[in-house]
Amino acid sequence: MATNTQIPVADRRAPVMEPGHTFVTIGEKVSNIVLKRPISLGWVLGFFIMFSLMNMLLFALGYLFLKGTGIWGINIPVGWGFAIINFVWWIGIGHAGTLISAILCLLRQTWRNSINRFAEAMTLFAVACAGVFPLVHTGRPWLAYWMFPYPNTMNYWPNFRSPLIWDVFAVSTYFTISLVFWFVGLIPDFATMRDRAEHPLTRGIYGILAMGWRGSARHWHRYETAYLLLAGLATPLVLSVHTVVSFDFAISIVPGWHTTIFPPYFVAGAIYSGFAMVLCLAIPIRAIYGLEDFITMRHLENSGKVMLATGLIVAYGYGIEAFMGWYSGNQFDSMLLWNRLHGPYSFWYLSLLATNIVIPQLLWMKKFRTSTFWLWVISLVVLVGMWLERFIIIVVSLHRDFLNSSWGMYYPTKWDWMTYTGTIGMFLTAMWLFVRILPMVSISELRTLLPEAHVHEAEEVKQ
Amino acid sequence: MQHLPSLAAGRIREKDSPEIEDLKMSMDDQKTKQAGVDVCPSKRKQLDLATVKAEIEQTTGPEYWRSLEELAGSEEFQEMLHREFPKGASEWLDAFSRRGFLKTMGASLALAGLTGCTRMPITEIVPYVKQPENVIPGRPKYYATAFTLGGYASPILVESHLFRPTKVEGNPEHPASLGGTDIYAQASILDLYDPDRAQNITYMGDVRSWNAFMEAVRGPMSVQKSVAGSGVRILTQTVSSPTLAAQIRSYLDANPQAKWHVYEPINRDNVVEGAKLAFGEPVETRYDLSKADVIVSLDADFLYAGFPGCTRYTRDFAARRNPDANMNRLYVIESTPSSTGMKADHRIPVRGAEVEGLAYALVDSVNGHLNGGLVVAGLRPPVSPEHQRLMGIVAGDLAKHKGSSVVIAGDHQSPAVHALAHAMNQALGNVGSTVFYTDTVDANPVNRNDSLHALVEDMRAGKVDLLLILGGNPAYDAPAELEFASALKSNAVNLKVYLGSHRNETAELCQWHVPEAHYLESWSDARAYDGIVSIVQPLIDPLYGGKSAHEIITILAGQSGLTGHDLVQQYWQKQHAGGDFDAFWRRSLHDGWIAGTGYPSKTVALKPTAYTVTAHEVSTSPVELNFRRDPSIYDGRFANNGWLQELPKPLTKLTWDNPIMIGPAMAERLKLNFKDVAELEFSGKKVKGPVWIQAGHPDNSITVFLGYGRTRAGRIGTGTGFDVSPLRTSKAPWIASGAQLRAVGGTYPLASTQGYQTMETPVGERELVQERSLEEYKKDPNFAKEGETPKELTLFPNFDYSKEAYSWGMAIDLNACVGCNNCIVACQSENNIAVVGKEQTMKGRHMHWLRVDAYYNGPRENPKGFFQPVPCMQCENAPCEVVCPVQATTHSSEGLNDMVYNRCIGTRYCSNNCPYKVRRFNFLLFQDWETPQFKLMRNPDVTIRSRGVMEKCTYCVQRINEKRIDVETASVREGKDIRIGDDLQTACQQSCPANAIVFGNLNDPNSQVNKWKAQARNYSLLGELNTRPRTTYLAEVRNPNPELEAGSKA
Repeated sequence: MATNTQIPVADRRAPVMEPGHTFVTIGEKVSNIVLKRPISLGWVLGFFIMFSLMNMLLFALGYLFLKGTGIWGINIPVGWGFAIINFVWWIGIGHAGTLISAILCLLRQTWRNSINRFAEAMTLFAVACAGVFPLVHTGRPWLAYWMFPYPNTMNYWPNFRSPLIWDVFAVSTYFTISLVFWFVGLIPDFATMRDRAEHPLTRGIYGILAMGWRGSARHWHRYETAYLLLAGLATPLVLSVHTVVSFDFAISIVPGWHTTIFPPYFVAGAIYSGFAMVLCLAIPIRAIYGLEDFITMRHLENSGKVMLATGLIVAYGYGIEAFMGWYSGNQFDSMLLWNRLHGPYSFWYLSLLATNIVIPQLLWMKKFRTSTFWLWVISLVVLVGMWLERFIIIVVSLHRDFLNSSWGMYYPTKWDWMTYTGTIGMFLTAMWLFVRILPMVSISELRTLLPEAHVHEAEEVKQ
Repeated sequence: MQHLPSLAAGRIREKDSPEIEDLKMSMDDQKTKQAGVDVCPSKRKQLDLATVKAEIEQTTGPEYWRSLEELAGSEEFQEMLHREFPKGASEWLDAFSRRGFLKTMGASLALAGLTGCTRMPITEIVPYVKQPENVIPGRPKYYATAFTLGGYASPILVESHLFRPTKVEGNPEHPASLGGTDIYAQASILDLYDPDRAQNITYMGDVRSWNAFMEAVRGPMSVQKSVAGSGVRILTQTVSSPTLAAQIRSYLDANPQAKWHVYEPINRDNVVEGAKLAFGEPVETRYDLSKADVIVSLDADFLYAGFPGCTRYTRDFAARRNPDANMNRLYVIESTPSSTGMKADHRIPVRGAEVEGLAYALVDSVNGHLNGGLVVAGLRPPVSPEHQRLMGIVAGDLAKHKGSSVVIAGDHQSPAVHALAHAMNQALGNVGSTVFYTDTVDANPVNRNDSLHALVEDMRAGKVDLLLILGGNPAYDAPAELEFASALKSNAVNLKVYLGSHRNETAELCQWHVPEAHYLESWSDARAYDGIVSIVQPLIDPLYGGKSAHEIITILAGQSGLTGHDLVQQYWQKQHAGGDFDAFWRRSLHDGWIAGTGYPSKTVALKPTAYTVTAHEVSTSPVELNFRRDPSIYDGRFANNGWLQELPKPLTKLTWDNPIMIGPAMAERLKLNFKDVAELEFSGKKVKGPVWIQAGHPDNSITVFLGYGRTRAGRIGTGTGFDVSPLRTSKAPWIASGAQLRAVGGTYPLASTQGYQTMETPVGERELVQERSLEEYKKDPNFAKEGETPKELTLFPNFDYSKEAYSWGMAIDLNACVGCNNCIVACQSENNIAVVGKEQTMKGRHMHWLRVDAYYNGPRENPKGFFQPVPCMQCENAPCEVVCPVQATTHSSEGLNDMVYNRCIGTRYCSNNCPYKVRRFNFLLFQDWETPQFKLMRNPDVTIRSRGVMEKCTYCVQRINEKRIDVETASVREGKDIRIGDDLQTACQQSCPANAIVFGNLNDPNSQVNKWKAQARNYSLLGELNTRPRTTYLAEVRNPNPELEAGSKA
């Protein structure tokens, strides 16, 4: 009877979890990756590369602090370049985690249970990468703390009218909530790890992190309440963060920035790239660590569907931008459209249309949606596309605005590239460590998917 | 790098200035060090500063920098630098920037002499025992003096902060300035503090003393005396100084065999020859454009710096561009597009050599209109029927304005063109009303090329024993066929003495090099274009012990102990007829000119002669080569001036380079594009340079610019651009025929501050520069206002300025602006704006707070041009203010958009959101914080910005505040409320020769700025964005000839 009482799903779809697992096998399978599995050469090699990239970031930033932002390609008129592009890109990627954990949790989409943990981790790391940029892109980063409203002898406050200040709050709040949410979700798993760990030191560390979790009914009760509350708190943040980030542009008067469609379009774009990153990471990880049982084709396909949906919203955004360029009759908006299509960066605009709109349409076809290879490729394409989108929005809007006497060009320098790839290195270094230190799939939540967890419900149904 | 010791050695006037005391203290410090006290020993081999200094001093001239680099490369030296100055030594900005490298090395070495790891000696700070009269620290004083270029003096007032000259302003009372200046006068302050100036008297590159120099010339001089100076040759630039001319003349009288040669690459030979052709004698032609209703320019760029009298001409011309009054009309027939041409109501682009044909056609047409009043015989060069027709109409307009028209011929046009212009002015009755003839300003109006030819012949023939070159740089800029450098290099001349400010190409080839004192360091006198003599009064003792030409001639004449001051004063004592010389002298110094020295106009009779066509082979070769002075660095003498190098040239907006300029049709034919490297061949010589396609440039014509490709200009100027002097001969110094241009592949990076796309892209539905013809304006004077948003259209309540004493505003008259760039340099000087170099300019990081945008409208072959100076608009709804996260840019209660550097964290959001892109960001440490000379130069009232902060035009807030202090103290003193009036001027406004900028208090209904803003032509740039700029523009109105308009439309 046990196997038949799984959450009812349509039969044609792949299961959320492959059959045959018990509480014990789940715990073993997930925790063994951390506790038992030997460190492979591949892991070490990958870690070395990523760690080197991260150190390159430190080097690039050190040089930046020494010389100033002039080492980058930015100029007047293009005052923002890679730093802000990367910031928005990373923040966008950081959307998937909380969306999966919080919104899907509230919507009772239980399939999320097997991917939420590392999606959340990815979110945290991505937001951390994003957080690097607003600080270092300033001309005098050592004074960037002036953006915080702290009491000071000058009686001088930040400018609350500036979207950059809203950004500070939005991003820091988002990071904090994501961190707390992630940590709370980890507590039962820490306890599992503590119980399974053999080395006293490991046990000690996990024990401290588990905060005395014993799995009592009262614990569970409070845990569930707290988790639900946090999910409720995090949900609006998912929508607000990128809305606020989009205000950085929408509040300004720069043609190409000053549009009201930006908030929804940015949020959709963020989720789009976030799911792309989830897929991009999940597909290799489940293969390497043998997690196909937990991260099934169902998850991948669902993620593909979310990408398709958000991708269409993004496409709609592009369409409206182009339409408004024509419909508004505003010479600067029409100029912007013309410049995107025919200006010096037209190749990149067309590449953006290809990567973000055309290629992802393959996801309409089940064949592509259910092929790990194609999903992986498409998600990579989308990540590139979403980066290009920010490039087009930021650089192409700025480089030719109102007075054609002040038009310019933007060419990234090696320092721009080093900083960008450096943050990818930082992100992946963190991911590399994460998969070896923490249970990358939520043990406790996976267990709730088992029929054993629903024994009361089953009985109630019977009655 | 010995400038610091010599700073102390030079008798600095401000003996009691605390800064100089600091310097001296450091100097003492260094002495202690040299005495052998080293309290911070290195682990490596000892290499103390004294040794380094000694080693540097041992090396001789040409090897100086090389050995410095070698020295700097040594391990010990590096270690020493790092140990003592980790900041300076490890922080050059761009690994590939030669400038940055040299700057850092130079500065580190300089500082190495200043500080050290030694005990600070105990010094006492003593206050003034006797307070100097009229010296209030923080309050500048102004002295009248004159800046001379090509012999013509620009009368100026120089601002002096505690005896340090910091800023040049025009002399508002002098008729040649009326307060305006030109770019060269403005930038000359930077030349004074140029750390690359020659700092020692040298013999064969070795440092010598002044006494040693006198000793060395004494022998040869006495020998020469016995042969009546037959071996003495003096080569000067154009001399208009009565004192110097008298000195040289008196020497020549005493030594009749000695000769005085004059050479200047940008000379007025054609003007002199033209006058001789017309009148039989060299005369100076002066115009009064205030009375001219119709102006015809025959290739004369009379509104741009370098044209004698341009400052005054610009003022008079601009004053007559008021469409509400009697507006003048300007026809420009020109080859290379100039800013004057862009201001024209009708611009007729022809090749340089064709101007002569058009001049003949014009003469004939004028003749026709005047019914034979003017007869000029002679062969006519062929002129196209279209040009004939045009000239007929122009002549008709001239004839309609007899006595109130003027024909101006350009300096580089042939003597015949000048003679024709004289003939027309005579026939039209303009002489005496708009045209005046006077004696020449030039004290020795010989033909420059002939003069130099004669000198070189003598040099090669071994007739020259002592050659004295007073200024100039003939080794670089002499006509190619003379091979002056090789003549100078050869041993044919026994003793070669060069007086020059820099150790340049000529100095290298002379045994003796005496550093020339800057004009702000030495006494002299000079004539302005109208003949009025200004006393050139120094404001500071020579920084490097420089000498003036006066002093050198004194040595030559065997007099000694006479200072420049004595010489000039003595000369004028002799000239002064009336009593009380002292009062006369003081008056002259105070006013900036000597009363009664202006030339009276002369009556000259036109010779009834036929002018022969100059031998331009117009038909033999289709491609013509024009040589022009560079709009920024003139003939190359300003090559080491960073402000001028980085000054965007009026039309191309190029900085740091000279292009090969061709027209669009030629570019298409030769398949050349912007920046393509092309080879230019003329009479067997070849040079390579980057191509620039200039709208309005005539076809089959090439223009190249002098002054670039210097090999020894200094850290700034060496190696910029390419040298065209190999192509320039005395036969064809301006317009040559038979050049060939071909692409050689590859491109050369050019730094233009205003992209290349301006011509190709549509300006948009609402033009940024509003322009109508006079007729259209009369029908609809408010044409510029459409699209402006109503003032009430705002979410935020408007601030009530009526309660404030002041509300600042500016208006710029686009009709008056002639694109002379003067405001840019004035702003740079006033506001301590950094020079960033070519690489950074190419990246779009130039720092000018004020720029002059150039736009074109119409066909590329002959577009209309527009200039638009763009400072900060000080928007009332400033987009920059809203987005700054830390409130570093905020609105003041007087309407200023203030920039708080200290608060700025450098997000650059304000710049992104600025629709006018007037904000400038310190992407790197652009300011030179090290070079001590620049510390002296800067305006102490303006903060030096460091890296990472945004900066922009402040409406010269320091000037506002200075005036505010004045009126507030006056208010208290007099017990009534005194307000700042229209005497407050921003730097751009003050120096504008065209009076195109007005700044003032909008709360004062009588202020000039309110009157301008009340005009119908007043409009806001991008007003539809509702930024409500405080800087507004008066739209441009042109005054085309209806006859020509009809013709061109038909």
